[in-house]
Amino acid sequence: MITLTHYMALSALLFSISVAGIFINRKNVILLLMCVELLLLAVNFNFIALSRFMGDATGQVFVFFILTVAAAEAAIGLAIMVVLFRTRRSINVQELDVLKG
Amino acid sequence: MNAEIAAFLGACLPEVVVGAGICVVLLAGLSGRHGRGLAYLLTLATLAASAWVVGASQPEAVVSMPGGSFVQDPLSRFLKLFVLALMAAIFVYARAYLRERRLETPEFYVLGLFALLGIFVMVSSMSFLTMYLGLEILALALYAMVALERGSAPGAEAAMKYFVLGAISSGCILYGISILYGVTGSVLFSGVAAAIEPAAVGQVAVLVGLAFVLVGIAFEFGAVPFHMWLPDVYHGAPTCVSLLVSTVPKVAAFALAFRILVDALGPVQADWQLLLTVFAVLSLVVGNLVAIVQTNIKRMLAYSTIAHVAFILLGFLAGEGGLPSALYYTVIYALMAAAAFGIVILVGGSGEADQIADFRGLNRRAPWFALMMLIVMISMVGVPPFAGFYAKWWVLWALVDAGQTWLAVVAVIFSVIGAFYYLRIVWLMYFDEGLNLPPVSAALDLRVVLSANSLLLLGLGLFPAGLLELCARALG
Repeated sequence: MITLTHYMALSALLFSISVAGIFINRKNVILLLMCVELLLLAVNFNFIALSRFMGDATGQVFVFFILTVAAAEAAIGLAIMVVLFRTRRSINVQELDVLKG
Repeated sequence: MNAEIAAFLGACLPEVVVGAGICVVLLAGLSGRHGRGLAYLLTLATLAASAWVVGASQPEAVVSMPGGSFVQDPLSRFLKLFVLALMAAIFVYARAYLRERRLETPEFYVLGLFALLGIFVMVSSMSFLTMYLGLEILALALYAMVALERGSAPGAEAAMKYFVLGAISSGCILYGISILYGVTGSVLFSGVAAAIEPAAVGQVAVLVGLAFVLVGIAFEFGAVPFHMWLPDVYHGAPTCVSLLVSTVPKVAAFALAFRILVDALGPVQADWQLLLTVFAVLSLVVGNLVAIVQTNIKRMLAYSTIAHVAFILLGFLAGEGGLPSALYYTVIYALMAAAAFGIVILVGGSGEADQIADFRGLNRRAPWFALMMLIVMISMVGVPPFAGFYAKWWVLWALVDAGQTWLAVVAVIFSVIGAFYYLRIVWLMYFDEGLNLPPVSAALDLRVVLSANSLLLLGLGLFPAGLLELCARALG
């Protein structure tokens, strides 16, 4: 029997994987964007599971809004990535080191 | 049906006006050669129309949207009017900056109005859903504005860092919201407040949800340890965008913290107080100490922001009596930051004056604006009779009143340390020989608004009671 705890554990696992991915990844900005998407999907998973088990639709409505915002966020993220590539011909995360101090 | 539409509009007319203004400015931007000037004028007209709508409503009335997730109340009206006035000044400064560099595009004004719309939604929201949407409208507009100068490598880098860290923070805040939703079964602030119990009494899950939400709030403020984006964004972004990022989003962050911590999570104050204390003390320490070693004035102002934010958080820690002082501090901080960045823009002329060394001998090049910078810096230190003094004074007073004397002592010690880097700029302006540079020149509107902004800090310092009274009344 799959209980709410299982769903929440999976969601927590996905959340941790995406946060770890953002901090461990030193190579590629595209991977960062993918981790950001996974982060939001982990949250969606949590909302849907809770909403289903509580029999309350609010959580599912929230998920629709998060999906929409995630799409807009991906668009802005990719646009910034294009600007980044144009200015330095690379999307390597390690090379993002002009600003420090 | 008509009654429903009337109720809907009654609660969100200022937002509708700003939204309509965004469409009009977007269209005006397409109208060829005069597009930019027209976009600028229409932006200011939108601000004026929105201010008129907010000002014309009953000052004490609480108008709620059906469903209760959006509200016009005294606090949201006060914050909206303040943000509108501040935005008008920011657009004046920004236009001078952008014109000097031939960067002026109608998109800047459109994105600025989107940021304003996000702030409006945030200050009026009464549920986690609307709060999140407002937060994202604001953040998405700001990410794009940081990368406004497309050829600039630091700008693109700053935008990328801001975007990734901002996305993590909104992910964290959402995760916290989902857990609080699971615990309380509601996303309305009133529903959460009615159902939530302190972790010691009820579920430990409350603590997890709280911690994640607090991370998001700390990120919005730029409190340590979630401050990493702030210096890089201020440094890498065009100065007019640093100006925007450093001022109005902090007002929105105040609304975010107030609505969530007091309206929704008030019953579990004992649970969030400890974490917030850690953020505030760390921000005081890191902000004031790291600012001393900066050579770039934008980075220095970023660390100074972190130190000021600590005071706003301290206001929240002082309980019920500290809230008006936190709001007062937010307002004064935003005015000081706007004036400081305005002067950086003015001194930069068509170049950049982002090094602290660029302020050497400013008294010879522009005696009046050296005086204005003096007022701003001394006000940031917190010396009477300037407004910054009363802002700090009332927060400290509220802390002592609430029995948190040790926090007040820490705050005073680090403010004294922080005085060093503000006074260094004053010393450079007045007592350093400086280079043989031509006098500073700037457009009339920039000079007038900047002088008014700086003198306001003196005026509010001489007559401080009125604004505090307004803050207390806005919070009810």
